[in-house]
Amino acid sequence: MITKETVNYIASLSRLHIDEAENAGFVRNLEDILQYVAKLNKLDVAGVLPTSHVLKMENVFRDDKVSPSLTQQEALSFAIESHAGHYKVPKVIE
Amino acid sequence: MGGMYKEQNFNFSENMDFETVIGLEVHLQLNTATKIFCGCRNVFGVEANTCVCPVCLGLPGSLPVLNRDVLFSGIKVGLALNCSINTFVKFDRKNYYYPDLPKGYQISQYDFPIAKAGFLPVMTGGQEKRIGITRAHLEEDAGKLIHDDAINATLVDYNRTGTPLVEIVSEPDMRSADEAYDYLTTLKLALQYLNVSDCDMEKGSLRCDANVSIRSRGETKLGTKTELKNMNSFSAVKRAIDFEVARQTRLVIAGESIVQQTLLWNEEKGITIPMRSKEQAHDYRYFPEPDLVPFTLTEAEIDKVRCGLPELPYARLHRLIEKLGVSEYDGTIIVQDKTFADFFESALALGVDVKKLCNWMNGPLMKELNDRKCRLGDLKLTPGMLVELINKVEDGTVSNLAGKEILAEVVATGRKIEDIIKEKGLTQVSDEALIGKIVDEIILKNPQVVEQVRSGKANAAGFLVGQAMKQMQGKANPKIINEFIQRRITNV
Repeated sequence: MITKETVNYIASLSRLHIDEAENAGFVRNLEDILQYVAKLNKLDVAGVLPTSHVLKMENVFRDDKVSPSLTQQEALSFAIESHAGHYKVPKVIE
Repeated sequence: MGGMYKEQNFNFSENMDFETVIGLEVHLQLNTATKIFCGCRNVFGVEANTCVCPVCLGLPGSLPVLNRDVLFSGIKVGLALNCSINTFVKFDRKNYYYPDLPKGYQISQYDFPIAKAGFLPVMTGGQEKRIGITRAHLEEDAGKLIHDDAINATLVDYNRTGTPLVEIVSEPDMRSADEAYDYLTTLKLALQYLNVSDCDMEKGSLRCDANVSIRSRGETKLGTKTELKNMNSFSAVKRAIDFEVARQTRLVIAGESIVQQTLLWNEEKGITIPMRSKEQAHDYRYFPEPDLVPFTLTEAEIDKVRCGLPELPYARLHRLIEKLGVSEYDGTIIVQDKTFADFFESALALGVDVKKLCNWMNGPLMKELNDRKCRLGDLKLTPGMLVELINKVEDGTVSNLAGKEILAEVVATGRKIEDIIKEKGLTQVSDEALIGKIVDEIILKNPQVVEQVRSGKANAAGFLVGQAMKQMQGKANPKIINEFIQRRITNV
């Protein structure tokens, strides 16, 4: 059962702000999705391997070869704030 | 309970009512040239944010591609820990928000890790114990956070982001801090032999978290555990566990319950402190990583890695004992450091008595290393130089004492042994005329001792040798002196 609280919890985990109207919409959406999954769960899938990727590809590797990195200036150019070569963010541990 | 816990000075391990249960999680940074999913250099200690690219910064539109060597290092680690290797391997997203993680998720492995269900034989408390390995999986490291009080902000360096990690999770099989310590040293040694990481705890290449709980002896269910983090050495792991076991035991005796939480070890104060973080309760919502397709391995590929594994410490010790005639005592010391053991075998191959080599390496050389707080690789000493020195002592060119002096000098400067001997005048005097003259004097001066030698008292001759050595400032060959003394006394 998807409740308003479930939606708020998922939104907070995803750092999303949603208002009351949006919340009600998500409750319906998520409930529909779960009901569809419940329907799928009734199928007998014994012996069917779970899908872990939609593409029919596997073993895509790269060799352990160095390629150029960004410069520090480039790396920090899209930072909201930077300080002494570092990204600067609000303090995370008090 | 308050934020900090004071340690009391009594030993809970002797409290028979409780049993300690410890499981360890070890994060190992792999020493590949590049990161796990991009071509940025995998290096430590370079200028902040200079080894980053759109992939490891998680910029929109970038896609990760797995470094083949990372996968194969993971297989090596798994095989060395007697794990079974999954032939189907995939990656998963572990979602959480924290500034050290630019994507908002870590690419890790959830239900199909590279390796599972292994064990590591550990010598602990005088006997071998198998510590179960639950799993070993591959993941990417996070960035480094610096909490800067001066500017009241957190600074982020993303160089470490995307560094390949193997996380090795043990079963809760350890029953004391000492067992945990022995497991860690044994594990580290095996990993060093594999040469997949520099295993340097100071650089963070090897990190360890401990899950600790206690339970009544005889109980089979696990108690509520706490997770200990921030230990920067194996001895800190040991101290943190001891502290935590004492704290939990006190709580249980007082009828309080253990709160499942993460605690940070404070090395200076010797206490654990609950981690305070703005991060909410973790709910990682793992799902298959859509940016990476799965990997399949054939048994033939896995066998190839198995055949290419180096000899591991356990096997090496047995070979040293059985094939090279090293004693168990000497061998155990020698295999504790791969560089040291490699040095030993290189030296032995150059032609030197095995016992003499063991004595020199585990004695004077080990002392030099300990005095200088360094490792063999830091020194300028080569196996050839050590063999030359040992053989010079053996053929009587220099005395044993002078040999140690020369070793210290070689270790410090890397200079030629010949030059040091010449410069310091350390050549052992084997001039028979001179030695004969001095022995005669000593014999005349010590008639009582001479009597004792005649009556078969072995120590007495040693005293005379010592007197003669003293007279010659330690430069004489004691073997020759002894021969002279025996000859002179029996001839008189």
